Amino acid sequence: MSIDTERKLSTVAAIRRLYPYAKPAMPWIYAGMAAAMLAALVSLAIPQVLQSLVDGPLQQGDSNEIWLPVIVVLALGVLEAIMIFLRRWFVLHPGTRIEARMRNALYDKLQRLPVAFHDRWPSGQLLSRAISDLNLIRRWFAFGLVLIVVNVVTIVVGMVVLVSINWVLGLIFFVLSIPLWVYGYVFENKYSVIARRSQDQTGDLATAVEESVHGIRVLKAFGRGKEALRKFQAQAELVRGTEIEKARAIAGIWLWLLLVPDAIFAVSLLAGVWLASIGEITVGGLVAYFATATVLRWPVESIGFLLSMTLDTRTASDRFFEVMHSENRITDPENPKTIESPQGRLVFENVHFRYEDAADGTRDLINGIDLEIEPGETMALVGLTGSGKSTITALTTRLYDVTSGSIRVDGVDIRDLTLGDLRKHLAMAFEDATLFSASVRDNVLLGRPEATEDDLKEALSVAQADFVYELPDGLDTKVGEEGMSLSGGQRQRLALARAVAAKPSVLVLDDPLSALDVDTEALVEDALRHVLASTTALIVAHRPSTVQLADRVALLEQGRVTAVGKHSDLLATSEHYRFVISSLEDEQPASVDTTAEDIEDAVSIHTGTIPIINPGRSGRSAGEGGA
Amino acid sequence: MSVTGVEGEERHDLTKSESKQIRKRSMRLLGSLVSPMKARIALTATVIIISTGAQVVGPALIAFGIDQGLPAVVGGDAIPLVLVVAAYLLSGLAGALLIAWYTVLMARVSQAILIELRKRVFLHTQKLSLEFHEKYTSGRIIARQTSDLDSLRELLDSGISQLVQGGLYMVFIAGALFLMDWVSGLVLLGAVVPLAFLTRWFQVRSSKVFRETRTTSARVIVHFVETMTGIRAVKAFRKEKRNEAEFGQLVEDYRDANARAINLFGVYDPGLVFIGNVALAVVLLVGGLRVADGSLAIGVLLATLLYTRSFFAPAEELAMFYNSYQSAAAALEKISGVLEEIPSVPDPDRPTDLWQAKGAVNFADVEFAYTEDRVVLPEFSLDIPAGQTIALVGSTGAGKSTLAKLIARFYDPSKGAVTLDGVELRQLHPKDLRRAIVMVTQEAYLFSGTVASNIALGKPDATRSEVIQAAKAVGAHEFIESLPDGYDTDVNKRGGRVSAGQRQLISFARAFIADPVVLILDEATASLDIPSERLVQEGLQTLLADRTAIIIAHRLSTVAIADRVLVMEHGRIIEDGPPAELIAGTGKFSQMYAAWRDSLV
Ligand SMILES: Nc1ncnc2c1ncn2[C@@H]1O[C@H](COP(=O)(O)OP(=O)(O)OP(=O)(O)O)[C@@H](O)[C@H]1O
Ligand SMILES: Nc1ncnc2c1ncn2[C@@H]1O[C@H](COP(=O)(O)OP(=O)(O)OP(=O)(O)O)[C@@H](O)[C@H]1O
Ligand SMILES: [Mg+2]
Ligand SMILES: [Mg+2]
Repeated sequence: MSIDTERKLSTVAAIRRLYPYAKPAMPWIYAGMAAAMLAALVSLAIPQVLQSLVDGPLQQGDSNEIWLPVIVVLALGVLEAIMIFLRRWFVLHPGTRIEARMRNALYDKLQRLPVAFHDRWPSGQLLSRAISDLNLIRRWFAFGLVLIVVNVVTIVVGMVVLVSINWVLGLIFFVLSIPLWVYGYVFENKYSVIARRSQDQTGDLATAVEESVHGIRVLKAFGRGKEALRKFQAQAELVRGTEIEKARAIAGIWLWLLLVPDAIFAVSLLAGVWLASIGEITVGGLVAYFATATVLRWPVESIGFLLSMTLDTRTASDRFFEVMHSENRITDPENPKTIESPQGRLVFENVHFRYEDAADGTRDLINGIDLEIEPGETMALVGLTGSGKSTITALTTRLYDVTSGSIRVDGVDIRDLTLGDLRKHLAMAFEDATLFSASVRDNVLLGRPEATEDDLKEALSVAQADFVYELPDGLDTKVGEEGMSLSGGQRQRLALARAVAAKPSVLVLDDPLSALDVDTEALVEDALRHVLASTTALIVAHRPSTVQLADRVALLEQGRVTAVGKHSDLLATSEHYRFVISSLEDEQPASVDTTAEDIEDAVSIHTGTIPIINPGRSGRSAGEGGA
Repeated sequence: MSVTGVEGEERHDLTKSESKQIRKRSMRLLGSLVSPMKARIALTATVIIISTGAQVVGPALIAFGIDQGLPAVVGGDAIPLVLVVAAYLLSGLAGALLIAWYTVLMARVSQAILIELRKRVFLHTQKLSLEFHEKYTSGRIIARQTSDLDSLRELLDSGISQLVQGGLYMVFIAGALFLMDWVSGLVLLGAVVPLAFLTRWFQVRSSKVFRETRTTSARVIVHFVETMTGIRAVKAFRKEKRNEAEFGQLVEDYRDANARAINLFGVYDPGLVFIGNVALAVVLLVGGLRVADGSLAIGVLLATLLYTRSFFAPAEELAMFYNSYQSAAAALEKISGVLEEIPSVPDPDRPTDLWQAKGAVNFADVEFAYTEDRVVLPEFSLDIPAGQTIALVGSTGAGKSTLAKLIARFYDPSKGAVTLDGVELRQLHPKDLRRAIVMVTQEAYLFSGTVASNIALGKPDATRSEVIQAAKAVGAHEFIESLPDGYDTDVNKRGGRVSAGQRQLISFARAFIADPVVLILDEATASLDIPSERLVQEGLQTLLADRTAIIIAHRLSTVAIADRVLVMEHGRIIEDGPPAELIAGTGKFSQMYAAWRDSLV
């Protein structure tokens, strides 16, 4: 997932890409820096005052002269506190707004990225980017960046002061601190790799957690909690290993950051005392030197964590931009067309489609489909499992884009409509219900929140979802995450109601009745017929009962629509159609009255003891193989 | 008043006693995590103590160098100076090495604690019943496992060193200061009073605000996860704009809570600096006056000043520690709440083993309700002899899945008992229960990972050939082979890489390979095409020969392989008998069957 060209960016260049998000905050950050700088200068100034005190009044033992310097020290001290307060206060809100802005931007981008992107990306990776990475970035802006600038300036100014106190000692300080910069460079290379790995692994861990909760029913059904834990633990161990490796790297730089100043102090002490003994520097000067050097210690030591923080931020921003720079090919057109008077004519013309990860050398999954659905017509789409029915439904709302060919609604290529427009004309019911943990009302009105109470009731009654009135809080009952506190059929009916409530000109229903019992199915079909009379519909069907809804049927075979026609005609003419849809022996007509003999018949037929499993069987294996 | 578990998690108006209780609970948790690591923590602390000691010597050595070494050098004797410098170097080296060692040691401790907590939360959430999960939502559990643990990690990673180092440093320095000049020591002591007031203020405010940051950030995560999970529906129903507004609001709430938390520290921290600087001025005054009248050496004054300033530098560190502590404590409160939840379907204390289950399932006077006021299954009894294949049919929402879930012990009955071979499920050892009874749920959930690993979930130690065998048995082999990497193809999150029917086949293979004595299939073929369904049913014929099976299906073709049909309506079993008999009768089932037959072609 890491993009190589981004790797090669320098840390500074990589972080600079965040500028657009940080821009409004920058004046405040600068103000924060100024305040911090002042605070640092003040804390540098305090030793100078001490020096003049030691060299002046104290040497002379004049107690009256002491008051002024004390007051100055006090004033400086208060000033320092105020500046520290200001430093934090200036960057507080602007800093948190950078984070919020980036989080919203990431979320918006993710909502707009195509389904193909979401297929590929583990959810935990997205989450860890949205939460912990952005948190890191915020801290860096509000804290890291300010401190880096201030500390570097402090070090520089401090050195100048040191040199001005005594150039020999100042030079010693300067020369001896060079190894730090060298080590800092080594550290950067080593650490950023680990930082990146740690963030990626944390994302994987989040994915594991999410799946363990979403898949809890399966884990419980098989009693695999322990195995899941073991896998999770293995992943957590990886994180642990990386974190410890990270700690080792940090320990390495700490060592240098502590050793070098100590060496500097020792050498300075030696040289300083010697210099003082030959009268090159006053005792006060020596005191000031050490006091100043002490003030510099913290900025020098802070380089360690500031550096690691910066590198963490750098990798976090890399991860952020991996998503933000992901190409989105499914976008609104530049010059969108509109449909003046929606009729609902849906036309597929030589549509080809293959998933990005399809193996080379295989045929396209959708291999040139031509199909016309007239306004108001209901077309059933029939085909074997894995033949690409759901894929076709997804193409109609541009969840994926066709590889070639075109899909048109009322003569307009769907790629010339804005996505919003297209999806207003076209509403879907997915094969899995995909409900949200909101109220029944919100779920049903997802596609048309402005709908009236009557529309809502009507949609519910079309889908035979009257059970909702009996729920504890009626329409305001929360359906639980993914609707899991409903029965399978109840979920499916809500999803159907949702599509109906959107009042589109084209309804696309993916196997919408699969979880319903025969009676309810018949009721839904009756109610649905009224809606379908005036609405164009494409309905994926596995069962003859669902096909009954349709005016015509399209048969999907080997990525093509090989036959279109009335159910009865296809039954008569298409062997593959009979194979896909028929449970009875070829010649046997559907019997209406059920005598006991008939039943015995039917029962034995389905046991498979009678060899009805017919020529189509070989067709089956070939049929779905190519996908 | 008292709050248990995750109750009150979303409330910001906890009473004093509730807040105390929650805090206590989280401290207990922290204690239980830390106590097994006492030895390691002691070592870590020792290392940091020594290294801090080494660092504290520094200023004293410099003072000594100036006060004693300098006159000696002037007098022609460089030895004291060289000794001081050598001592300084040594202490510096020791300090640095120890700190580096400490860094690694501490990382080990903190990671060990985190991994332990991760495991506990993971295991516990797995144990918690579906009832809990339906209410709590996955997003919040993810929040507990990610951002809440992050704040604990922050505390452990830097916090402890800040605490030990800062605290010790202050003690050492205060000690040294008292030894050197007790007057200055008293001044320092005086400064502690306002410090205590300031800290108390911070404590009270921050624990409330940090709680808010935890709940608001969890809400952000919940919304985020739900959007990404339902991205297709979000797009198809144009929810992006509305989501943007909702998410934006949640992000703003989180930002606001966060800003308030940071702001508290933004007052606390300069407050400390202020107190420290005032103390410095006072020490300077008190010391300076005495130097002026000759009762104090300049070197000593210098040292007291250095000490006073250094005393407050770690005070800032301590403040930071306290800040991350408050944040982590708020997070631990939430985590400990989840851990405190009592599973409503608990593992038995003294489990009964059942090595060789035969598969007789019995419901004795069972009643079940998801929520107390809505009974879903009114009291009933049902006996399923071992080896019987049962078709469970009925209108949607009748309670079929619910009944099946009782057998799989997803829930415990509100009244009465479900038994397997005479052993109540509540008493049965979980390993035996799960070995004996497997349920293929209505929603065919696949984990990201390979096809093979998804099938092998049914039998973790399965070999590749067993996996293939199972896939063949349910008719999934052909399509799996045609995937780009065959059995090693990643099915993506939730099995998005394969079609709905293919997902069902894979989950079916998963159950097949588990080879249980009681197999429950809840609409396991609903999304299959007719030919595949037929193949599956053929497979079932052999598969079910010697086991108990409960097959829930709306497509009544399953009836063909059933020994017995149960018809459910509004939670009651209204018909019960062999298929042929029921079909020939005049009841509900014969009517349903006729309707179904009608629909066939
Ligand atoms: N996101 C994806 N990436 C790659 N391949 C996919 C993806 N989704 C589906 N496929 C493959 O494309 C083929 C068609 O899938 P699709 O879901 O359209 O089938 P379907 O006709 O709806 O089947 P079913 O009746 O089982 O629902 C399958 O073989 C499947 O493995
Ligand atoms: N987790 C739950 N919490 C609360 N109520 C629930 C829960 N699951 C199901 N119910 C309710 O219990 C009743 C029975 O549901 P159940 O899932 O057993 O039906 P079912 O017979 O399996 O229906 P279907 O054929 O639609 O799957 C329904 O009214 C449903 O709303
Ligand atoms: Mg499908
Ligand atoms: Mg069900």
